[in-house]
Amino acid sequence: MKNKFSIFVVIIFLSFCFVVFYKGLNNPNTYSPKIKDKKNIPIFKAKNFNSDFYQNSEKIFEEDIFYIVNIWASWCVPCRTEHPLLMKLSKNQSVKLIGLNYKDNLNNAKKFINDFGNPYSQIIIDNDGTLSVEFGAYGVPETFIIDKNKVIIKKFIGPIDKEIVEEIKLIIE
Amino acid sequence: MIIFLLIGFSHLKSDEKNNDLKSKILKNIRCLICQGQSVYDSESEFASSIKLIVDRKINKGLKEKEIYQFLRQRYGDWIIYDPKLEKNTYILWLLPLLLFLFGGAIIYKKIKLNKHNKI
Repeated sequence: MKNKFSIFVVIIFLSFCFVVFYKGLNNPNTYSPKIKDKKNIPIFKAKNFNSDFYQNSEKIFEEDIFYIVNIWASWCVPCRTEHPLLMKLSKNQSVKLIGLNYKDNLNNAKKFINDFGNPYSQIIIDNDGTLSVEFGAYGVPETFIIDKNKVIIKKFIGPIDKEIVEEIKLIIE
Repeated sequence: MIIFLLIGFSHLKSDEKNNDLKSKILKNIRCLICQGQSVYDSESEFASSIKLIVDRKINKGLKEKEIYQFLRQRYGDWIIYDPKLEKNTYILWLLPLLLFLFGGAIIYKKIKLNKHNKI
């Protein structure tokens, strides 16, 4: 009786391990942590892309509309693939796109905008990557949706695609 | 002259303290885009930005806990190597203790049984 119980316990334990490892195999390799709270946009001062002036975050996000913050760089290849979608999104009247130019050479960045078009209502510069950290970004490209209360309600890591654009449209309309 | 020397010495001392604190914090932060590396060990773009931010926060006078809190708010609990004891991490903290107690109880029982058999 005791022996049978031990075997039963061992089988249950091994089955548990099997299920845990099997589930682990199916999980994606990229880890994206769940952040419990939706957070307000950081308060910052950043240099403007087209001038030497510094702008306050309050001034950048002053209107009572949705904003999309897109982190991009001219050296970032996936940024090129998402750029046409950002151009389309910029035509939407209920949202404004803010570009955050990440650790880039200014001349290259300007050439990028001249070649592919400018979807952004404003571009700010993040030379050392610290502003992106304030937003909670990992790298480029990354896109944040900010609602009318100036709260970051959604974040997309990596280049946006058509599905994400549809999701963004649903959120902002 | 002595006052100037003392001021200089105290600055050096506080710089050293800040560097120690910075290293301690950076070693306890996970580089989220690297494979099994702390921010301290990593040379990635993400890690270099985090290093700068931590440096600035220390210079601003933020305490270790406040810096962890700042990073947690942005990247979740996963960014800190040393997880907090809270609802989500009860199993993580208590399971080893329970297993230890369970194992100890089995060993104790076996020893007691052996002694009993010998008698």
